[in-house]
Amino acid sequence: MAILIDRNTRVLTQGITGKTGMFHTRLCREYAFGKECFVGGVTPGKGGQDFEGVPIFDSVAEARRETGANASVIYVPPPYAAAAIDEAVEAGIELVICITEGIPVRDMIQTRYRMRGKSTLLVGPNCPGVITPGQLKIGIMPGHIHQPGPIGVVSRSGTLTYEAVGQLRELGLGQSSCVGIGGDPVNGMKHLEVMQRFNDDPATEAVIMVGEIGGSDEEICARWIKAHMTKPVVGFIAGVTAPPGKRMGHAGAIISGGQGTAQEKLATMEECGIRITRNPAEMGRTLQAVLKG
Amino acid sequence: MKIHEYQAKALLQRFGVAVPRGFPCFTVSEAVAAGQQLGAGVRVVKAQIHAGGRGKGGGVKVVRTDAELEEAARRIMGMQLVTHQTGPQGQTVRRLLVEEGADIRQELYLGMVVDRNTQQVALMGSAAGGMDIEEVAAHHPEQIHTVQIDPGQGLLPAQAEALARRIAVPEALVPQARDLMLGLYRAFVDSDASLAEINPMAVTGDGRILALDAKFNFDDNAAFRHGEWQDWRDLDEEDPNEIAASRHGLSYISLEGNIGCLVNGAGLAMATMDIVKLYGGSPANFLDVGGGATTEKVTEAFKLMLSNPEVQAILVNIFGGIMKCDVIAEGVVAAARQVHLTVPLVVRLEGTNVELGKRILAESGLPILSASNMDDAAAQVVAAARR
Repeated sequence: MAILIDRNTRVLTQGITGKTGMFHTRLCREYAFGKECFVGGVTPGKGGQDFEGVPIFDSVAEARRETGANASVIYVPPPYAAAAIDEAVEAGIELVICITEGIPVRDMIQTRYRMRGKSTLLVGPNCPGVITPGQLKIGIMPGHIHQPGPIGVVSRSGTLTYEAVGQLRELGLGQSSCVGIGGDPVNGMKHLEVMQRFNDDPATEAVIMVGEIGGSDEEICARWIKAHMTKPVVGFIAGVTAPPGKRMGHAGAIISGGQGTAQEKLATMEECGIRITRNPAEMGRTLQAVLKG
Repeated sequence: MKIHEYQAKALLQRFGVAVPRGFPCFTVSEAVAAGQQLGAGVRVVKAQIHAGGRGKGGGVKVVRTDAELEEAARRIMGMQLVTHQTGPQGQTVRRLLVEEGADIRQELYLGMVVDRNTQQVALMGSAAGGMDIEEVAAHHPEQIHTVQIDPGQGLLPAQAEALARRIAVPEALVPQARDLMLGLYRAFVDSDASLAEINPMAVTGDGRILALDAKFNFDDNAAFRHGEWQDWRDLDEEDPNEIAASRHGLSYISLEGNIGCLVNGAGLAMATMDIVKLYGGSPANFLDVGGGATTEKVTEAFKLMLSNPEVQAILVNIFGGIMKCDVIAEGVVAAARQVHLTVPLVVRLEGTNVELGKRILAESGLPILSASNMDDAAAQVVAAARR
């Protein structure tokens, strides 16, 4: 078991003929069951061609009809990426993972509005993707640092997630699934929705939740954890030293109007029974300590 | 991206929002000429910097005669204006806005932001205008009224009218206030704004609703469809290091400390600053070189960090992931050679070929301290900066 994706997922790459799309589709296919799982690609005007044996289609609808794909991953450039999400949603894809960084917020507001009432789940944009170690990797994370196991990881950042996974690996702790939800202010799944799935997943025994300054997603998730979560959660928030009013790389990582500070988030998480660490080098060891009781 | 008040007002005016008649001025003589053009009567001289709190800092002056106007313009132009948003060093005033005064009866607040939780634009209004709205939000949140705007329908006239009444706009002026709000929303969406404020929105003695002050921030991600932003950008208001960084695709923010940090990824970059602090050090900057740490990017990043005379040591923290550590190590060595590195350098690499990467660093002959994890890296760099 795992969450969101496993070896039975069938994936399309939107933007498969771009440099990034080609590079990461290749790496994803080389990982675990990737060759069976990646069933097609989409680039308008290049239908009928193939990328290393993966058939390319002109549209998501056609690709889904021909391949039975139920997931897609998007590497389309920012000006066209929101429209690519719309196309996948319209075609009835169940899970859309958008890697693209730099999509205007206005476009994402409209895309999220169009997604209302639809069953499609969106992960990202501006995220590393989702991996279920030993089964399937959809995204840009390094596959080799992961290993199958009982720990769920959910995070707003890319390399900081790899840091957490790297620490787990050192301790011999594998992962059920790792989900990068992305660093944009308007995005798809939040910490909360990922946490709910980890709670329901029999293969997940504990979760590392990595957050950062800005917004209140971590607080919302923490309050849900307090009321419903049956598994231990370890938390870290990046940006204790970040000055207010400055965008710290991610569009969503900004303290505005005194809201969204790391201290505030850590305090709420602690109140809600999450075992927090203020040291990013201690995420793995903190989780190990929690598991040992 | 931020713009000046006079630019924000020009933008609002294009969407039908009433603003006082006024002129941007780059010299004192331009200010005097602008004052004369506005005619006799009360006029206002306003410093144009990208920070709030200008009035309290002495950057806004109401004048009644041409002589007063000239004196005010002389005093404000070129002054080092310190407000709660500029930091203690303040910001040099290089532009003024000279505009006609208004007979203010009420000062109201309007603000527009992207609400992350509802994923739509929200309009906020308060009868407590003119003041620092963050103070109002902190102490009297019940005085701020919020309207959620459906992305499909946009701001509805009825919503705007209801908000106008809640913030005590006189009944006869509700239609004017409504139209101002509708204009604000159109300007916000059309210009890809991330934040807009009209504070105060004034009710005048002659029965008008005016945007007396205006602030707009834009979503940097939308720059590709806003060529006009190039003209609106004021590089004097930005940190020269941050400008240089953005030119090279780096994300850089100056901080007060003495330990330069070079990291790949925004979250890991923040976490690296945090752990430096945890070990008793103080980061000199936030610097994200992005997912791919190429030699060119790392070289530019070193140059940026070293342009800060406070930097006593540098910490490079790269989680290589898909990039191979030996390639990154070669980039770091090449960059360090090119900039003639004079301060201690601690490097923590993680990822594929990490042993090979460490060997390249060790055999470079450069004084590079290799760290095995983030704890080790932070401890080493803090110690190096103290030496």
